[in-house]
Amino acid sequence: MSIHYFANPARFTRLAGRIQPWAGGLTAVLLLIGLYMALVEAPADYQQGDTVRIMFVHVPAAWMAMFCYTFLAVASAVALIWRHPLADLAAKASAPIGASFTFLALVTGSIWGKPMWGTWWVWDARLTSVLILFFLYLGYMALWEAIEDGQKAGKAAAVLALVGAVNVPIIKFSVDWWNTLHQPASVLRMDGPAIHSSMLWPLLIMALAFKAYFVTLLLARMRMELNLRRIRAMRLAERTS
Amino acid sequence: MGNMEQFLSMGGYAGFIWPAFGIVLIVMAFLWIASMRSWRKSEQALASLRQHRRQRGDIEE
Amino acid sequence: MNIFLAIITRDLLLAVRQGGATFLALVFFLLTVTLFPLGIGPEPAILARVAPGVLWVAALLAAMLSLDRLFQADFEDGSLEQLTLSGLPISLIVLAKIITHWLTTGLPLLLAAPVLAILLNMDNEGFAALLLTMLIGTPALSLIGAIGAALTLTVRRGGVLLSLLVLPLYIPVLIFGVSGIDAAVHGLNAKPHLLLLAALTVAAIPLCPWAAAAAVKLSLE
Repeated sequence: MSIHYFANPARFTRLAGRIQPWAGGLTAVLLLIGLYMALVEAPADYQQGDTVRIMFVHVPAAWMAMFCYTFLAVASAVALIWRHPLADLAAKASAPIGASFTFLALVTGSIWGKPMWGTWWVWDARLTSVLILFFLYLGYMALWEAIEDGQKAGKAAAVLALVGAVNVPIIKFSVDWWNTLHQPASVLRMDGPAIHSSMLWPLLIMALAFKAYFVTLLLARMRMELNLRRIRAMRLAERTS
Repeated sequence: MGNMEQFLSMGGYAGFIWPAFGIVLIVMAFLWIASMRSWRKSEQALASLRQHRRQRGDIEE
Repeated sequence: MNIFLAIITRDLLLAVRQGGATFLALVFFLLTVTLFPLGIGPEPAILARVAPGVLWVAALLAAMLSLDRLFQADFEDGSLEQLTLSGLPISLIVLAKIITHWLTTGLPLLLAAPVLAILLNMDNEGFAALLLTMLIGTPALSLIGAIGAALTLTVRRGGVLLSLLVLPLYIPVLIFGVSGIDAAVHGLNAKPHLLLLAALTVAAIPLCPWAAAAAVKLSLE
């Protein structure tokens, strides 16, 4: 099966239509189980108390922030190199999802920081990198919006995504470097205690729930983009005929 | 009842934990609803455009 | 090679004849730096402490604001398209433009920086490091900025978008540039910072013109 097997939009739509309800259902079930485990079953940490529960949404959101950008970059590479007709739509569809998770990672990190560090925000290396990642998402989405010609916008955004992907590790490294020079004087690290298995399970379930959520929304948004592209093509054909 | 109160108070950190979970659920629900709604709208727009064409007797796509 | 040099000389001549752009970038640099003492107070110790960061941030903004000059005029009057027909690879055309941009923006900023450092009461130990980090780092600003400028070529009023695209990518340059000066000011070894900054610029020399060329090609289609 080649990479172009799903290049046929009709085939993709059929397959997506079959997967999407299942992914949606899976999201709901996993989210309910995950929330129950995170809020009720998981024990409070002996050091951080109940605040450790924020980790069960914060850490999976941060994982998703990275995962979505990786997905976006890979899809962009596929769009540029193999000119796969669905890849740029996949990249475009994943951006708002990734941006939302990045935003959530920042907000929950900040809420977690208040009881842990005594302040809503510290220029901790990880929070800072996530903040920059958020700007990369915003730039990517803004570029898509700014260029009117959809084909050109897709290619330009793909170039930007790849440039960003090359830069993400460099930015991460530079921020770590910067942070070791300006080590904030106080505070407990967020790494906290080594993870116990009673905490690992809710963490994994929540991570899986977020993944299923991503798949559901990715498919819905791709189908929407595909529909819009078809509508545009039909209107254009009408005008020229 | 005391159990429930204890659960809701989250060891005194209720003011942090509930907002954190709340905003996650709100943002996720908002994006979900927005995505699904715009997808359905696009399906309807496409369907009506096709219907329109069929009525005029055009060959589809 | 001849065409390559011809592009640079032509653009330099244009820049000299029109003159204004370099001057404006310098005035912007000076003005931004002036705002800081007014904003945070004139205590010499505080100014000396923040001087490396202020100088780098202001230089970075000044370089960014002049990025629209890189391709815009040539794109609008069609000479960019003409150049692509000259047989020279687009990435080299882009590189020539980047070199001109650095000569007309990065270099003047570099030369003005020590004067502004005096105004900010920066420690004497930092001056050599300031010049060195600017010399190594500002080419990276032109190189990375070229990608943003090329991507926003077809966007009307792309200035804000350009800053949104470019500023996050400038962060490593800022960090290593400032940390190099800080190390020198505190009597530490500035070499690792300078080496990392140099690594950034060296890596950007082949990669950025290539990516910017891809973006230029898109806008010309």
